[in-house]
This record gives sequence, C-alpha cells and structure tokens, in this order.
Amino acid sequence: MRIPCPFCGERDVSEFAYHGDTAKRPDPATDDGQRRFFEAVYLRDNPAGPHRELWYHAQGCRSWLIVTRDVRTHEVLGAALATRGAA
Amino acid sequence: MMPDSNRLASGGLIDRSKTIGFSFDGRSYRGYAGDTLASALLANDVRLVGRSFKYHRPRGIMTAGPEEPNALVELRAGARREPNTRATTIALFDGLEAWSQNRWPSLRYDVGAINWLLSPLFVAGFYYKTFMWPAAFWEKVYEPAIRRAAGLGRASGEADPDTYEKINAFCDVLIIGGGAAGLAAALAAGRSGARIMLCDEDCTLGGRLNSDLGEVDGRPGADWARHVTAELEALPNVRILSRTSVFGVYDGGTYGALERVSDHLAEPQPHQSRQRYWKIVAKRAVLASGAIERPIVFGGNDRPGVMMAAGVRSYLNRYAVKPGRRAAVYTGCDDAWTTAFDLARSGVTVTAIIDHRATVAPQLRAEATRLAIPVHLGADVTQTRGGRRGLQAITLRRADGREQGLPVDLLAMSAGWSPHLALTTHLGHRPRWSEAHAAFVPDALPPGMSVAGAAAGAFGLAEALRQGTALGTAAAEATGFAITAAPAPRADDEPIALAPFWHLGSSSKAFIDFQHDVTSADVALAAREGFRSVELLKRYTTLGMATDQGKTSNINGQAMMAELTGRSMAEIGTTMFRAPATPVAIGALAGHHRGRDFRPTRLTAGHGWAEQSNASFVEAGAWLRAQWFAQPGETDWLTTVSREVRDVRSKVGVCDVSTLGKIDVQGSDAGTFLDRVYINMFSTLPVGKTRYGVMLREDGLVMDDGTAARFAPDHYVVSTTTANAAKVMQHLEHARQVLWPELDVQLVSVTEQWSQYSIAGPGARQLLDRLLGDVVDVSDAALPYLGCVEFTWRDVPARLFRVSFSGELGYEIAVPAQYGDAAIRAIMEAGAEFGIIPYGTEALGVMRIEKGHVAGNEINGTTTAADLGLGRMMSQKKDYIGRVLAHRPGLTDPDRPTLVGLRPINPMARLRAGAHMLALGAAPTTENDEGYVTSIAFSPALGHWIGLALVKRGPARHGERMRAYDPVRDGDTEVELVSPVFIDPQGARLHG
Repeated sequence: MRIPCPFCGERDVSEFAYHGDTAKRPDPATDDGQRRFFEAVYLRDNPAGPHRELWYHAQGCRSWLIVTRDVRTHEVLGAALATRGAA
Repeated sequence: MMPDSNRLASGGLIDRSKTIGFSFDGRSYRGYAGDTLASALLANDVRLVGRSFKYHRPRGIMTAGPEEPNALVELRAGARREPNTRATTIALFDGLEAWSQNRWPSLRYDVGAINWLLSPLFVAGFYYKTFMWPAAFWEKVYEPAIRRAAGLGRASGEADPDTYEKINAFCDVLIIGGGAAGLAAALAAGRSGARIMLCDEDCTLGGRLNSDLGEVDGRPGADWARHVTAELEALPNVRILSRTSVFGVYDGGTYGALERVSDHLAEPQPHQSRQRYWKIVAKRAVLASGAIERPIVFGGNDRPGVMMAAGVRSYLNRYAVKPGRRAAVYTGCDDAWTTAFDLARSGVTVTAIIDHRATVAPQLRAEATRLAIPVHLGADVTQTRGGRRGLQAITLRRADGREQGLPVDLLAMSAGWSPHLALTTHLGHRPRWSEAHAAFVPDALPPGMSVAGAAAGAFGLAEALRQGTALGTAAAEATGFAITAAPAPRADDEPIALAPFWHLGSSSKAFIDFQHDVTSADVALAAREGFRSVELLKRYTTLGMATDQGKTSNINGQAMMAELTGRSMAEIGTTMFRAPATPVAIGALAGHHRGRDFRPTRLTAGHGWAEQSNASFVEAGAWLRAQWFAQPGETDWLTTVSREVRDVRSKVGVCDVSTLGKIDVQGSDAGTFLDRVYINMFSTLPVGKTRYGVMLREDGLVMDDGTAARFAPDHYVVSTTTANAAKVMQHLEHARQVLWPELDVQLVSVTEQWSQYSIAGPGARQLLDRLLGDVVDVSDAALPYLGCVEFTWRDVPARLFRVSFSGELGYEIAVPAQYGDAAIRAIMEAGAEFGIIPYGTEALGVMRIEKGHVAGNEINGTTTAADLGLGRMMSQKKDYIGRVLAHRPGLTDPDRPTLVGLRPINPMARLRAGAHMLALGAAPTTENDEGYVTSIAFSPALGHWIGLALVKRGPARHGERMRAYDPVRDGDTEVELVSPVFIDPQGARLHG
C-alpha cells in the first residue's frame, strides 16, 4: 500500500504506523465522561467502505495523517495532515 | 549408449561451441550453453529423474517450463544444496551437480516404491482417517514414518553461504512476461518514452517464440524476439530484467519480483548476490504471463515419456533434442497437432495422432497425410505400459471402440491451455469461466493492470501481438505519454480450436496432481464423501497444494468435480492463488537483514571506551549497552555485578545512560502540554528543576516513566525509558498534532544528539568538583536534589541534572554526542582518586530494585499508577491522558495486585522472577493465585536475594508470609512481604 504524505509525497506503507479511526477524544468534563471514553477507546466502528483513520509517518516527517481508505480494497482516497484536517 | 545421443544434428538456440559438463546422480554428462538441466538430461537419454511424493512412482520430465511438477531435483552440493528445484528452469552451468529426490537407496531401486502396494492407505484424506487411533501413536510412529516415506528433497542444513539483495524500483509501465504479447507491449510503450520495466522468467526473452516455428513480421519468431530485445535494450527508458519472476501483486501498484542474479552460475562471482528481491511500484502493469498447457487424465499418464505437447516442441525446436524415437500425440486441440508435425520433420517416427474430437480442421488432416502420420479421430489413450526406462507402449481405443496397442517411447499430450492468471487474483479478484476459451480467464483486475496475450485467452500468435501492442499503448498513454501509432507486429492466424475434455474412466491410477500424487480416484472419493466445493476438494485431497500451486492440475481436478456433481465450470469456480506465484527463498526476502545484520545496531558515543574497559554488552532495544565491566580474576557475572554495586554505594561509579530517550519540548504552551500527558503537574515546575513523571495510555494503564527538566519557561527536556523512546515520541506527537493542535508546542527527539552519564555514589560531588572546577557550582545549596543547570564546559554546552536511580547521591551530566567519548574519559580520569568504577545495566538494575524503583518489568502494560505505588502522584487538579479510564472500577479495585518487596525467609534461597504468589498452604491453583514476582536481584548490602512483586492488597500485608511458587523451574520459596524500599528508606544518601 502507498500513502500520499502531504509533506513527503507518496511513500510505502512500511514507513507508517497505524493508529485507528479518527474518533475524537471526548470532553472529560461531561457527566458521563467514563462511558464516552470507554466507547472512544474500545468501541470502534468497522465500516465496510471508506474509513477515516490516523497514520503516523514514523520513518518520515513524523506527521500524523488522516488517511481516507476503502478498507475493502485498500484504495487510499486521500491523506491530510491531522493538524489541518482535524475537523 | 553414445553421450548426447538424442541431440539433433543442427538447429535450436543452443551454442554448440560451448560444451558444458555436469552430473546427475553422480554420473557425468555433457550439454551445451543454452541448455536447461532438463533438456541436457533428455539429450543424454536420461528419462527417469525422480520418484513421486507419496507413491514413489518413477517420474520423468513432463514440461519445459516453470510449471514442471515432476522433475524436481536437489541442485548443488554442500551448503548450497537446494531441494525441489525444477530441472526445466535450471540453466546448465559447468560443473553442475544434481541429484534425484525421494528415493532410497537409488532412483532405479527405490525401497519406498512399496508404498505403491500400500496405496489404499494413501488415498485422499488418509491423514484424517487411517491414523486416528491411538492418538499417542500419531506423533511417535505414524508421522515420522510418513515423513520418511513421503516427501521431497532435503535442505542442506547448513548456513547459506550466499548473499541476497533487496531493491526498490519505480516505473510508469511494468510489463510482466517477455513473450510475444509482452514484447509487443514493451515495444509500443517503450517508444513513447515512458519508464518501462520488462520482467521475464527466462534467460532469453521470447517465450513460446523460442520454442515454436511461427513467423513474426516475416522472420522466425525467435529471430524477431532477438531483434526486438536489441531495440528495447537501446532505449534508455526501458529496463529489461530477465531471469526475473514477478511473484506477487500488492496494494497501490506494488509488485514483488525475484531476480535470479547468479543461479545460472556454479556460484556467485565475488561481491555478487545470488538473488535480488525487487519491490517495484508501477503506475500501470501489462500482464503477459502466457498460458499453461493442460495434461489429460488417463490411466498411467505419469509414466516417464508422457510429456506435454508444447514442452516436446520446446525440446525439439529450442534445445534441438528429440525426447523420444517413436512418438504419438494425444489431444483434443489443434495446437498439439503442431507437435506431431514438428516431431515428424525432426525425424522422429510419429505413429499416431489420437484426437478425442470426431472432426478437426481439414488443413490439419492434410498436413498429417502429407507427413504420413496416421490419424485417429474420436479416439483416446486408455492405458500406458512401460519398464525401467519409462514408456514402452500405449493402448489406443479407437472411435469404433476397438483397442489396439501401439509401441511408443514418447506420448505428447495436450488438453488445451489455461491462462496463467495467478497474478490477477492476488488482490482478491476472481477469474470467470469462459466457454469460448474452455478456460478460466481474467475478469475483474487489480487497479492499473491489463492482461494481454495468452494470459487473457488470446492463444493465437497474431492476436497476442495485437493485444500486446494495444495494451502497451494504452498503458503508456494512461501514464501521460504520447504514442505515435505504429502497426502491431504481424503473424499468421494459426488454428487454435479445441474441445475441452478432462478425464477418462480408468482402472489404473490416472494422475491429476502429479507433484502431490492426487489421482482421479481421490477426486471421486472427495465427491462421494461430500467434499465438493473446490476449496474443500483442495484441502481434502491436497490438490494444488504442492510447490507448483497446481499450475498443471487445478483445472483438471475442478473439471472432474464439476462433472461428478453435475455442475458447470462456471458454477464450481476455481480456487484463488496467493503470492508468491513461484517459490521464493526466504533468504531473498530477508536480503542483507540476517544474523547480526538482522536490524541496525545502535551504539552510544562511549561504546569504544566501554569496549576498551572490558564491558560485556546486552541488547536494549536496538542499542547495545554495557551490562557489566568484569575485572581481572572475576569469573562469574554475579561477582562482578555485586562488586560494582558495593563500589557505587561506598565510593563512586559511572554508567552510560545515553540510550534513554530524550525529547526536547519547546513553546509557550510546553508546560500545559506536559500537564496533559503526565499524571502529575509540570507547568508548576520551577526553571532549574527536574521532576519524575508518569505517563498513562488513554485506557488508564501506565505507558512510561521518566523525568522532565525545565531549563526555561518555554523549554523542557523530557526523558523516557530506553525501550519506549520511539513509542513515547509517537504518543506525544499524537497528543500535539491530533488532540491539541492549538497548543504552541514543538517536539524533537534529541536522544542521539546528547551523551549522558550517570555519576552516583558518596564521592559523586567531589568527582564533579574536580571535573568541572569553577565552571559550575555543584554544592548542595547551589544544586539541590532534583536541580538542573545548563552551562558551557570546555567551550561545549553541557547540562547537569541531580537525579538518582540508584538511591545514592547522583548526577547525570550531558554533553553533545560528539564529545561523549571525551567526556567519559574525562570523568574516569577525574574520578580515579575517588576510586571510580564503571558500572553496567545489571548493577543499575540491582540498585533500583534495592530502592523499589519500578522499571519495564513492572511497567508491563497491565499496571496502573496505583498498582505501582504511584497513585498519589495522580493530580486531582487537571485532566490528563488516561485520567478518566484510570478511575474505572476495574482499575481502582482495592484487590488489584500492588507493588511490594519480597525477602526470602531462608536467606540462602534464591528468588525467581515470574513465580506466582500463593498463601502458605494454599493449593497452587489459578483461584489461589495472588500475584507474581516481577523483579529479583541479589543485594550485596543485605547479603541475600530480594524481589519486587505485585500482590493483591500488597502494601497492607507487609510482614505476611507467602509462597513464591515457580513449578516450571522447581522453585517454591517462602517469603515475607516487605516494603519495596530495601536500602536507605529515609533517603539520607540521596539528599547527602
């Protein structure tokens, strides 16, 4: 698999470390924080199709990327810096 | 018999001026440059080359290509001996040695052939049925016996003396296969200027053009291939890799290929690799991998002398070898008639063309008549007979049902062709059945791939050339290159009709999978017993599971199953292929990464000094760290380590701690950032101070510990454990970039930029006074415990931290790594008068256990801060990663195993890490398990072994006695639970 790092260009998947989907860190101040954190850490959706996920360019620029990937075909539909694309 | 007796007087692509000597099973023969081992053996009339996998049936050479299932040999001798190599792909080299496999004591007299009499035991599923009972017999009796009786070649058992390489390459268009279609594609795409790579398994490009007599653009096919190869070689944008198999298709247009750099030599030249693993990234690929000829399933079809029809043409036309003297051809397709014609023209007596079809094209019959070859239409071969040298006669059943014997020593068979489409399926795309082709053909394809020629079902030469040209053009255009239209190379359309037929009922063994000895009876048995899907058929009978992945056999087995179960080929489908499409040595995938080069070794700047100081080293992650420094007369490590601990605690010692991770954290929000990643506060840390901190994962478990020093309001230096340095960096970057990108903070790893030495012991301050002089004040008032300071020392920036892992008065001094060697030598020199010694990681470990400091054994991914006695550090005033889930009920259960110290009741007893903690008198059961020993050490100060353990409610149970139970190593030690701090609980030494 090849990932188009916005900083380094298209690179082999072996340079990257996978993290998981782009679930946001819940607000720790809410009343049901423990449930929300539990769900964010353990209960992940596994959609058959495009998936927004975090990859770390460990052997490159050390950027965290939001990669959109079709998990059925491994087709990479796009990649953006997490600092910019965190919406 | 004359040597080389089957060689034609002229012709072929061999170089008759270069004679090559080789041996097979210890006998010497000769061949020519351009021969394969198979062609040279046939030239020398060697027809029996191996014994089959299960039944030890005599087997000969069946094909002329990489699909060969029978002629597997052990190649080369000694450490280079390689089992299961296909004689049909081994280029002949001078001095080649090969041996037949799976026979004892010799190929001709094989004791294992008795398996033939036991063959009812070896039918499909025999593993599951015959040896079910008694169970204990399986491992001790049956399996070793089967392994001896059945099998392939032997590995050398020695280290491989050759080297292997890995290389990455990028191109616009990758063309897989250099036959007619591949060459046409390369020519069309290459002329556009696109970057082309052309990979072909053979040593010479051309594919079937080198074995058939058809013409292209008015010249013999082999000549045309030479001519095109020369043109391609002249193009700077084209790279040709011959002897290179593309074995796998991966995501993102990535292809794996294996180049056999020096397999065609007796041994590699100096500094030359044996094989090279290519990882090729291509924008487009044209697959032109050709087709594989299908055997016919009839009784005795595995006898030496029964060969594939196109393979026979290869031997005749490419290698100028007659594989027999009296031949017959058995087929159901037009293509094999060419074999009969070529045989007749080469002077071989062709006694019959036996065609399953009732009618064939008139021009074929006319040519047969012209060459005086008798033709039997609607006829079949029902049986073969033979002797030690293989085939002697066949039984022919004519259209009128009468049978007749026909003495022949060569039977060329062909049931038509199957596209070699394995590479189209590697990403999960299924081929489809085509009635028109009577074959599975590629359907959906991997992104960027197109298929040309026989691999796409275009079995005729003219059509293959047209497809190659069209798809080569399209691929180059798709990558942005303009093509000046040129006509496809021209060839005549030859007859390629066929009628599919798969098998004949037979009273004797009719083989489907020759390499795995799967017969038509096995497939019938699988059908009777309900293993009817192609996937179950494969696993129950092992059809297609040999090293050839069923290249010649899958289709026949599937077709027979379809027929037996009344389904169509489209309904029954085919099994999928996995990479590698052709066997690849693990050594080639590893490349240079083997033995001590398996991964890079990281050395600290002080490594050379440590070597000179007689250090023994231990791997810590990728680093090598000094484990201890033995002195003359010390014969065991415990003596050395205990002496190092005593010397540090009584005098002063120095330890290289450069491998600890160091992360520079800067920015106006640096303090806020660290507050969010550590359980304790860092924004309140004064400048010039260091603080111990613990990081959690978001699930609430401890990830790592270390210190952070503050050198300016917006500048911290964080330290991590050696093992977790990269993981912590990734974690912090995640926090900075993903969780809180709005914070003004920057991170950089400076682990390798700084050398750092821990100086510990009562003499540490005097040593530093001597070392640093007036440069920096190291008095307790100026630099109290946990103080830190930056300064310039001998024109070099330096840092001094007053921290301690050993519990002694301790400092860590850091200098830029290029001065690391000078620094350790200066420290040793300044420390000489104070009795300084270097100490290693073992002594460091002993001292941290004596002080109850946790390390990797305790921070093991299952422990919370509270488990480690660090619960009070968890701030109540702020949020931080892991805070919320650390307060889950399961992580705050008071029964959780928590850190304690252990003292053996018998002071001579040895403790063992990993032992389980049981109440005295409790049975050793899982229910009674109350925790486990994490770390142990021999304490020189106390004179006995001590340990750290995680025990349920441990801190409340100091003084209680338990068992440390370790049945694996015969350990059962009574211990007392004590405080984990064994030495100087008040910290007087630390603050001294």
